Amino acid sequence: MSFDVRAIRREFPILAQPIDGRPLHYLDNAATGQAPRTMIEAIVAFETLRRANVLRGVHHLAEAATEAYADARAAVARYINAAPQDLVFTSGTTASINLVARAFGDGLAAGDEVVISVAEHHSNIVPWQMLRQRRGIVLKALQVDDEGRLDLAAIERTVTAKCRLIAVTHVSNVTGAVTDVARIVSAARAVGARVLLDGAQRAPHGPIDVPALGVDFYAFSGHKMFGPNGVGALWGQRELLEAMPPFLGGGEMIRTVTLERTEYAAPPHKFEAGTPPIAQAIGLGATVRWLMTLDWPAISDHEMRLAQRTLDGLSGIRGARVLGPGGLQARAPVVSFALDGAHPHDVCQILDGRGVALRGGHHCAQPLMDRFGLAGTTRASLALYNNDADVDALLSGLDEAARRLR
Amino acid sequence: MTDELYHATILDRARSGERAGRLERPDASATIDNPLCGDRVTIDLKLDGGRVSDIAQYVRGCALCRAAAATIARHAIGETADSLAETAEALRGILKGDAPAPSGAWSELSMFAPARAYKSRHDCVLLPFEAIARAFASARDRSP
Repeated sequence: MSFDVRAIRREFPILAQPIDGRPLHYLDNAATGQAPRTMIEAIVAFETLRRANVLRGVHHLAEAATEAYADARAAVARYINAAPQDLVFTSGTTASINLVARAFGDGLAAGDEVVISVAEHHSNIVPWQMLRQRRGIVLKALQVDDEGRLDLAAIERTVTAKCRLIAVTHVSNVTGAVTDVARIVSAARAVGARVLLDGAQRAPHGPIDVPALGVDFYAFSGHKMFGPNGVGALWGQRELLEAMPPFLGGGEMIRTVTLERTEYAAPPHKFEAGTPPIAQAIGLGATVRWLMTLDWPAISDHEMRLAQRTLDGLSGIRGARVLGPGGLQARAPVVSFALDGAHPHDVCQILDGRGVALRGGHHCAQPLMDRFGLAGTTRASLALYNNDADVDALLSGLDEAARRLR
Repeated sequence: MTDELYHATILDRARSGERAGRLERPDASATIDNPLCGDRVTIDLKLDGGRVSDIAQYVRGCALCRAAAATIARHAIGETADSLAETAEALRGILKGDAPAPSGAWSELSMFAPARAYKSRHDCVLLPFEAIARAFASARDRSP
């Protein structure tokens, strides 16, 4: 296999669309990845030819929809090297984490400890604060070093015998830092705690061997990995999924219901109350089937070369300060930076005028912003379809923004 | 299009730092955040018979927000809660494109008309006006 970025770009129709007469340079991939043709076609085909509810009907369309939904689960499970029955479809990473905070978290007792980090997205902070309110747990946070990496040198001081769960990001949506998962898992295992990884920012950068990570839960979103909105997944260790009570009650998640009691379905259906996001799951299945045909070592080289080009360019812009690792080791191609004298929203607006789509603000990671004394940063996040022209448009636009705003 | 938005008047006003800082012992004060971006505006007021007699503004925010806060600081002295609410409504009209700029000193608000096309930025312009309204409300709450 080989990697041809032009061929990849042809799979994403939106990239050919001019923005206000200029070529689009889409560098907001950490917010949402773009949609490949194969995903769009799969959704259109389902909605046009096979639309029906799943798991209950016996008519032709219901059978076809149920089979397509199961096939999608199998495909997404393959992407993370897992068994389909251990993969719960949710609406996204936020829903996956909230599911764990309810179904696992509500089994914790007052005084039990949950450890998160300063680098978390709000979706991996707020559910645990809500759990603290419900159950009286103690919520602790690992700190980060000056490069934004989790400071794990003294993790045992934070992860004590009272710890029941460590819930941290796999890849920071702000700094791009990749978490040392082995270190987290070993600290958790030493005290009998479980580990949840927020994989939202890892999933777009190639298949993941989740069971090999040694964690207990893995959460990710479809739309960040070039799938549809409104679908994501939670993978869990089978014995945990079997032991946990359901989070939501309703149709699809039962075996039998009487007015007195309900017997629940086995996982993953136990956690999928109500009609699931069927077309979205099928679209995500199509996306990952296509992703798994690609040469990921070559894509990774490509993405990291672009990240280096971005970091090199930023080092030449006066007053630009990168928030995150300066090198490429254990790093995803997400580059956040502050530009002295220029507010991130103004920078993003000026770059938008040049067709460059960026994200400015706190990136739903306000505790991390507080750690670095910033209200927000500007973020360029790269994906497999980005090219040199995208990075160069960013860098020349930043030059202009710096000149105009200071 | 962004050339129109970041025109010299807005950028100069944002840089002006008009009455930037805090007042000692204000009669009314409010701090307000924009949840979208984390920007923060603080308005301190001295009041005399329901009218602004002194004002300070402190902004951690973008050029549009800083320009709006500086414009308020420049023209708010002598204004009341009601007159400022009318001015804020006029600014909303400018941003929606269905109202002309008010007359007099506040006619300057027409500098924000190019923000009309950028709906996500309207809150940046309006945030300082919301802050001054809240400051007045806090003074009302405290009065016997």
